[in-house]
Amino acid sequence: MAWLNTIVQGVLLGGLYALFATGLSLVFGVMRVVNLAHGVLTLLAAYLALVIVDLTDVNPFLALLVVIPVMFGLGYVAQRLLINLTLAGGVLPPLLVTFGIAVIIENTLLEVFSADSQGLNAGRIETVSITITDRLAIGWFPLGLFVAAVVVLGGLQLFVDRTRFGRALRATSDDREAAQLMAINDRHIYAVAMGIALAVAGIAGVFTGVRTTFGPLDGAILLIFAFEAVIIGGLGSLWGTLIGGIILGVAQSIGAQLSPGWFQLAGHLVFLAVLVIRPTGLFPREGVAA
Amino acid sequence: MEVDALDQHYRDFQALFGVSLHVAEGEIVAIIGANGAGKSTLLKTVAGVLRSPGPSVRFEGSTIGELRAYRRVDLGIVLTPEGRRVFPSLTVRENLEVGGYCRRPGSWSIERIFSVFPLLQRLADRSAAALSGGEQQALAIGRSLMANPRLLMMDEISLGLAPAVVKQLYGAIPGIRDEGTTLVIVEQDVTQALRVADRAYCFLEGRVSLQGEPSQLTRDDIRAAYFGI
Repeated sequence: MAWLNTIVQGVLLGGLYALFATGLSLVFGVMRVVNLAHGVLTLLAAYLALVIVDLTDVNPFLALLVVIPVMFGLGYVAQRLLINLTLAGGVLPPLLVTFGIAVIIENTLLEVFSADSQGLNAGRIETVSITITDRLAIGWFPLGLFVAAVVVLGGLQLFVDRTRFGRALRATSDDREAAQLMAINDRHIYAVAMGIALAVAGIAGVFTGVRTTFGPLDGAILLIFAFEAVIIGGLGSLWGTLIGGIILGVAQSIGAQLSPGWFQLAGHLVFLAVLVIRPTGLFPREGVAA
Repeated sequence: MEVDALDQHYRDFQALFGVSLHVAEGEIVAIIGANGAGKSTLLKTVAGVLRSPGPSVRFEGSTIGELRAYRRVDLGIVLTPEGRRVFPSLTVRENLEVGGYCRRPGSWSIERIFSVFPLLQRLADRSAAALSGGEQQALAIGRSLMANPRLLMMDEISLGLAPAVVKQLYGAIPGIRDEGTTLVIVEQDVTQALRVADRAYCFLEGRVSLQGEPSQLTRDDIRAAYFGI
């Protein structure tokens, strides 16, 4: 039963990883850009929620009402004014620019908030749980987090599959120049995609802040978890990202169960195994080259 | 549509040298010429895929050189690009829906395109990647029509296709003109293009080497203008 508990906790943790990874996956899928600032931007959202909570004393989840639109706007503007300008030069310039953004934000956070760990307090929901047997209990917060992840990914998938904008997004992802010949403004599409990516990262950031403490230098590890979930699940596939997150979460939980120090190591090993066996991930989107 | 003394470059390579031509409303104009003569470059410049700052390209009296490609579609300038370029991860129906993204007013709809190209209806929910070359070309033309173009430019629609398929595609052209669309057809297949065109331009090494009505152009004129011999 202890193992069942481990796996259940891992699956629920996977929801969080899927939220980390969704934006990274979306941006890569649409514009073939690896956003190295993704982890730090997730962290930025947690700090934004921290400021809102400090100023207004609201529940961190209510802060999402501000965090989500602010992160969307930030993504839109950054893409429109900065990252779009780097796309003509191949894969390297956007990589360098997003790395630069990461360094700037990280150091700004360090300067403003110091290196001390912070946390977001969501109250009782963090500790209450549903007891299933005496060895298996599911916390309301991890469960809510997982449900939120499924809802966000499902909603995003529906948006991409069914809406006029979603079709334009997929068309631009297929062939940017041909999309322009269909009256599609590729720069706007890219900016909205980045906006959505950061809005989801915002949700992930607030959940992370509630789940655990965070510091200005944690962006790199968040980025690695997001990377691993994306690669395990398959590039550019949203449901694959969820599965990737779950596999990563379960691997880490099992690792931690074996020995507390193996928490991250077990995740990395599964990631490496997938890279070796299936470099395109378990559920790659058709047409995406590895 | 008017083009006046247009030069166009790819980095150090000059592809067009002072090209001037005009296309009147309701005309079908063929642009013929050998590979590399600058035909596609002209279409890409008019469509806005290639930049052309300055007053060289005008549409309905206004200079459009500063407009990006997607803004030109709003004016009704639509290019069916060489190589079909359908969106492979979208279905046939979705490709057509994306073609209508600009929502210009007009008579074209998915149903009407299915009536012009009945084979597309059968394939509506298939992925565009699974289509044959001829089916993809029909889809590419249908997708362009969804924008209700005033000026439709088609680049090498016969390329790599069986003669019977080419005949089918060309069969749709008079009907497109009757909807009020002006057409510019770029072709290496001279016979096919001259059969439907009101006027023709021949390109040679980035310059207009011959122009006139197909009935007035002799075989020798065309050969000389096409090959430069």
